[in-house]
Amino acid sequence: MTVNGTKQEHDVEPRTLLVQYIRQEAGLTGTNIGCDTSSCGACTLLVDGESVKSCTMLAAQADGADITTIEGLAKDGVMHPMQQAFHENHALQCGYCTPGMVMASISLLKEHPNPSEAEVREGLEGNLCRCTGYHNIVKAVLAAAGGAGQKSTAGSAS
Amino acid sequence: MIPAQFEYERADSADAAIALLTQHGDDAKLLAGGHSLLPLMKLRLATPSVLIDVGRLRDLSYINDAGDHIAIGALTRHRDIETSDVLAKEVPLLARAASFVGDPQVRHRGTIGGSLAHGDPASDLPAVVLALGGTLVARGPSGERTIAAGDFFQGFLETALAPDELLTEIRVPKTGSAGWSFQKFNRRAMDWAIVGVAAVVGNGTTGVGLVNMGSTPVRASATEAALASGASASDAAAVAAEGTEPPADLNATPEFREHLARVLVRRALEECGV
Repeated sequence: MTVNGTKQEHDVEPRTLLVQYIRQEAGLTGTNIGCDTSSCGACTLLVDGESVKSCTMLAAQADGADITTIEGLAKDGVMHPMQQAFHENHALQCGYCTPGMVMASISLLKEHPNPSEAEVREGLEGNLCRCTGYHNIVKAVLAAAGGAGQKSTAGSAS
Repeated sequence: MIPAQFEYERADSADAAIALLTQHGDDAKLLAGGHSLLPLMKLRLATPSVLIDVGRLRDLSYINDAGDHIAIGALTRHRDIETSDVLAKEVPLLARAASFVGDPQVRHRGTIGGSLAHGDPASDLPAVVLALGGTLVARGPSGERTIAAGDFFQGFLETALAPDELLTEIRVPKTGSAGWSFQKFNRRAMDWAIVGVAAVVGNGTTGVGLVNMGSTPVRASATEAALASGASASDAAAVAAEGTEPPADLNATPEFREHLARVLVRRALEECGV
């Protein structure tokens, strides 16, 4: 599979979950394991551009796929607009859910480029945050989408 | 949590999948999107010794207008059903219900065939296909057969599929201008329904399916009979729980589920214009 633009190949046991593969074989520990039951969304990454909970997919199912993790977003030290929007809107406290939130938000904007606040809240239904109460996360996603009335435009990273 | 060990086979065609099923028999399980099966395997509630991955059979992912019905490939993902223009026009109940399955990540992976073949009474789509009076197409070593949705769900997580059969297609009649409604009551957005209702009424069709009101997805047959004899929405909804045996769990007692069924069926019928 291709992970963050780099082709890689490992022999794994059939039962290896994608999240284990990413963390242990690919060595990318930005993708967190939260509930491990496809409820919390902490392990969300992009498989061929779409958000997927990597605790509920076998690595073997992702054979040949194009995977993007949180580590694959920043380019040359410049944060992805969604990361920048999370930063500027203080869309995190402990940070545990953040990688999954950011990946799910990127997938959401790809499918709904100009979501309403309600659509953002619904679109992030698969990601749990136990700190912020979601308000700043929703603000950040709207800011990244270029939504009106936000204090940040988050357009600095191209 | 990691599943117990198993052997992984990837099928590159429906026939190859059936050959592998024939070879491995009861020890094998088909893997589509994996969003019902893998959680059970991680909890070791399911321990198949062979997984046959059919997730790459893209020729079983389609939504086709077939005249009086829409034919849906078993490996069509919830996301594709939710966003299908054909379904939005011809069978809007199914498109809407698919948008209630799990969450976006789950809908990117989960498939309609996987959901139906899993046979979970708490899943949304089985009750919808029941209410619509759909037909399922299964392929085995000796060819294809069709199974009415009403005959498909046989017990808790048990369906009419033989161990060597692959569900290939789901056919749902077009509902035209009939009224429809999907109601789902749960406590958290992405959860399974505590109780759900799928209803389609009009154009000579009356179907009311119930989610999580028994060991299989069931129809609210007393409600359907009441509607057939001209009952009002509230009178028909009052008998929604008749003949059901809803489960008890952390979320609800059977009595609470019966109450929810009556309330949600009334709302559904009102939305249908009854």
